[in-house]
Amino acid sequence: MTIRLQREDFDAAAEAAALTRGRTDIGAVVTFTGICRGDEAGEPIAALTLEHFPEMAEAEIRRHVEEAQRRWTLLSVTVIHRHGRLVPGDNIVLVITAASHRSAAFAAAEFLMDYLKTRAPFWKQVERSGGKSWVEATAKDNAAAERWSKPAVQPARRG
Amino acid sequence: MTVKIRYFAWVRERVGKTDEEIDLPPGITTVGDLMTWLAKRGEEYAHAFDNPKVIRAAIDRSHVRPETAIAGAREIAFFPPMTGG
Repeated sequence: MTIRLQREDFDAAAEAAALTRGRTDIGAVVTFTGICRGDEAGEPIAALTLEHFPEMAEAEIRRHVEEAQRRWTLLSVTVIHRHGRLVPGDNIVLVITAASHRSAAFAAAEFLMDYLKTRAPFWKQVERSGGKSWVEATAKDNAAAERWSKPAVQPARRG
Repeated sequence: MTVKIRYFAWVRERVGKTDEEIDLPPGITTVGDLMTWLAKRGEEYAHAFDNPKVIRAAIDRSHVRPETAIAGAREIAFFPPMTGG
């Protein structure tokens, strides 16, 4: 398990390559990258600043990776979340899940992203020409995380 | 009991500080009690905690609910709903 909270950018391809290097047990790698959009709530933005609670963010992400490992048979997981000021086009978050077969890798990546959005202590503030404002949590993101609170279902173990 | 209180995002902006040590008066037993008490500490606190339903809390870096007891807590954090990812 690799978890990093950092100001610096990351290289998704290099991180995925590092995760599979020298291994022949991995049959599926899902790589998700969240990117700073040029608009928020339909209005253009100049930049996004991510504030975080460092010690808790690390602990909370670790708890959710462990939960993902209980639900699915995963061979490796990497989560990188950036903080600080980002501009449209910049990377924000990276989730990589590796498994023998694709269903576990897809499901775990989606589970981790849904939880990161609603449970990891990060807050986005947008900068526009008119000033700064905090992004509000959306009902859609909460609903996406909520669906995982039902009993875990192991996906079919076929690649 | 003395606890460290931390504030994040707009809760931090409204309170006007990132953290503080607070000597809790007797009778404050839950996270919800603490929010009600903090809201009476001044105008900036009243503004930060004017709608406690939307504020989230963590004790010693784990999410908790308003009814959670604060006995034994070393650090309590208050913040808006999270918007990471």
